[in-house]
Amino acid sequence: MAGSAKGGRFRGYGIVRRILSTLVSMVLTFLGLTIVTFFIGRVIPIDPVLAIVGPKASNETYDRVRLEIGLDLPLPVQYWRYLSKVLHGDFGTSVITSQPVLQDMLHVFPATLELAVLALIIGVVFGVPLGVIAATHRGRWQDHLVRLLSLFGYSMPVFWLGLIGLLLFYAKLGWVEGPGRLDIAFDDIVPTVSGMITVDALIAGEHDVFVNAMQHLVLPASILGYLSLAYVARMTRSFMLGQLRQEYVLAAMAKGLSGFRVIWIHALGNVWVQLITVIALTFGSLLEGAVLTETVFSWPGLGLYMKNSLFNADLNAVLGGTVLVGVVYILLNLISDLLYPLFDPRARGRS
Amino acid sequence: MSGVTLRGWLLDAAPASRRQARFGRWYRTWLSFQNNSLAVAGLLIVLALVLSAIGAPLIADPQAAILQHLAQRLQPGSAAHWFGTDELGRDIFARIVFGSRITLTIVALVSAIVVPVGLGIGLPAGYFGGVVDAVLMRLTDIFLAFPRLVLALAFAAALGPGIENAVIAIALTAWPPYARLARAETLTRRNAEFVQAAVLQGASPISILFRQIVPLCLPSVVIRLTLDMAGIIITAAGLGFLGLGAQPPAPEWGAMVASGRQVLLDQWWVATIPGIAIFITSVGFNLLGDGLRDVADARSS
Repeated sequence: MAGSAKGGRFRGYGIVRRILSTLVSMVLTFLGLTIVTFFIGRVIPIDPVLAIVGPKASNETYDRVRLEIGLDLPLPVQYWRYLSKVLHGDFGTSVITSQPVLQDMLHVFPATLELAVLALIIGVVFGVPLGVIAATHRGRWQDHLVRLLSLFGYSMPVFWLGLIGLLLFYAKLGWVEGPGRLDIAFDDIVPTVSGMITVDALIAGEHDVFVNAMQHLVLPASILGYLSLAYVARMTRSFMLGQLRQEYVLAAMAKGLSGFRVIWIHALGNVWVQLITVIALTFGSLLEGAVLTETVFSWPGLGLYMKNSLFNADLNAVLGGTVLVGVVYILLNLISDLLYPLFDPRARGRS
Repeated sequence: MSGVTLRGWLLDAAPASRRQARFGRWYRTWLSFQNNSLAVAGLLIVLALVLSAIGAPLIADPQAAILQHLAQRLQPGSAAHWFGTDELGRDIFARIVFGSRITLTIVALVSAIVVPVGLGIGLPAGYFGGVVDAVLMRLTDIFLAFPRLVLALAFAAALGPGIENAVIAIALTAWPPYARLARAETLTRRNAEFVQAAVLQGASPISILFRQIVPLCLPSVVIRLTLDMAGIIITAAGLGFLGLGAQPPAPEWGAMVASGRQVLLDQWWVATIPGIAIFITSVGFNLLGDGLRDVADARSS
C-alpha cells in the first residue's frame, strides 16, 4: 500500500499495541464476568451448602459438602478454583439433565445461533438500505417512515411482538408454522451435523425438512430481526448523514459520477467501517433477545435452557449460560475491534 | 395583558436579575421544545403515566384490580370492563392503571441507583485522570460488556424473583453509560476558568465536583436517562414475563402478558392490552428523550 515505506514500522507498532490493549481488556472483562458469576453462585445464596444438600441432610453430609465445595477456604482461593474450572470448560453438572452443563449448552446453542444469524441477516439486509434511503431523503416522508419504523422497533417488547406474530401469522392466517423447530413428522430425519436444522437438512438433501424448518424459523427470526433492523437502520442513517456532508461526495458528484454510484458505492463503502461495531453489538443483543423469543416460540435453544434451569433452581446451568453469553459478547467486541483497522486505513496508525 | 408582560419579562434580552435570566432560559428551552410535536406527544404520554400512577385509586377501582370474579372471567371489552377481564375475572383496565405504579417504581428505583453510581465513578475519573481514570474506566468497560437480561436472569436465580432483585439486576448493567457521560463532561470542564477560580479560592475537589461540575452534567444525564427509560421498562417487563419481576397478584404488565398467553387464541385481549401499555409507555419515553436531545443539541451548536 502507498506510504508503507515511510510509516510502515510505526504503523506496525500501532497495530501491535492496539491488539495488545484489546487483548488485555478482553482478559479483564472475562475476569470481571467470572467474578460476578462467582459471587452470584457462591456468595449471594445465604447458605450454598444447604442449597446443594437440602434441609433434610445430616450434619455429616453437610460438613462433607461444605469441605467439598471449599467453603472453608478464603474467598480469593475459592474464586481461583472456580476460575480454573471455568477455563477448563467445567461449569458443573446440571441438576435437571444430570449432564455436564457445557455438554448441555453445546447441544442447545446451535438452535439459538440459527435463530440469531437469520435475524441478523434480516436486520442488515433490510436495515442498511432503509437507513441509506432515510439519510438521502432527509426530512421527507421516506425519512419519517424509517424513523417511525425504528422507533416502534425499539419500543416494542419482543415477547409481546412474538405473541402477536403467532396470533396473526400462525393462528389466523396460517402462513407459518407454530412453536418449535420442526413438525413431529419431520423429527429425527436428518442426521445432526451442525445442529442447525436448516443447514443439516441442506447437507442431507432433505428438501421437505428444510422447508418445514424454515416455516418454523421465519417468524421468530423476523421478529428478532425487526428489533435489529430498528437499530441498524437508525445507525446507518446517522453514519450516512455524516458521510454525505463530506467534501468527497461533492467532488464525486462534480466529477460527474451518478448519484446512485456516489451514495451506494462510495459513501456506503465508508459507512460499512462504522457499521461493523454496530452489527457486532446487534448480534450480542440478539442472543439476549433470544431468551424471550425462545420462551414465546418454545424454541429449544440456550435461552429456553436457561429459563427452564432457572425455574428448577439449577444455578450451575444458569451461571454457565451467563458465562457463555458473556464470552460470546467479549469475542464479538474483540472481533469488531480487530476488524475495524482492517477496514479503516486511518485507524491502522492510531495507537 | 398580563400574559404579554409575562412573556416580555421572560424573553427580555437584558434580564435584570439572576432569577429572571434563569426563568427566561427555561422558557426559551420550552419554546423550542414545544415546536416539536412528537416530543410534546412523548411528554403527554409520560405525564399520563405519572398521573395514572399517582391517581390510580381515583381512576380505577382498586378491588377490581385484585379481587377474583371467576363468574366474569375472560369477558371481552364492555361498558363495565373497558378492556375486558382476565382469566381470574379481574378488570384489565384497573390492572393496567395500577400496573403503572409498578412500572414507575422500577424506573424511579433504577434511576436512583444508576445516576449516583455513574456520577460517583465518572466524575473522579474525569477530574483526577491518570491511574484513577484508567482503573475506573476499565471497571466501566467490564460492566459495559455484560449481557443485561442474561445477567438479570442469573441474579434472579440467586436472589429469587421479585421487583427489588429485578431493579438491582437492571441497575447493575445500566450504570456504565452514565459513568462515561460524567467523565466526558468533567474532562471538558475541569480546566475551565470558573473551575480554576474555585481552585484558587481554596475549594476542595469534592466541592468543585459537586458545586461546579455536577450541575452542568445533569442536563445530559437527564436526557440519557429519559432515552434509557424505554429499555429499562422493556427489560423489566421481560423479567416480569419470565416470572422474575413483580410476583402475582401484583398487576405487573409483563406478567399480565404472560398470563394471557394460555388464552391467546380465543381471548386475545388478555395478552395484547398490557403489551400495548408497555409499548405506548416506551414510545413516550423515546419521543420525549429524542425531543430533549434535539433541544440540547440546538442550544450547544
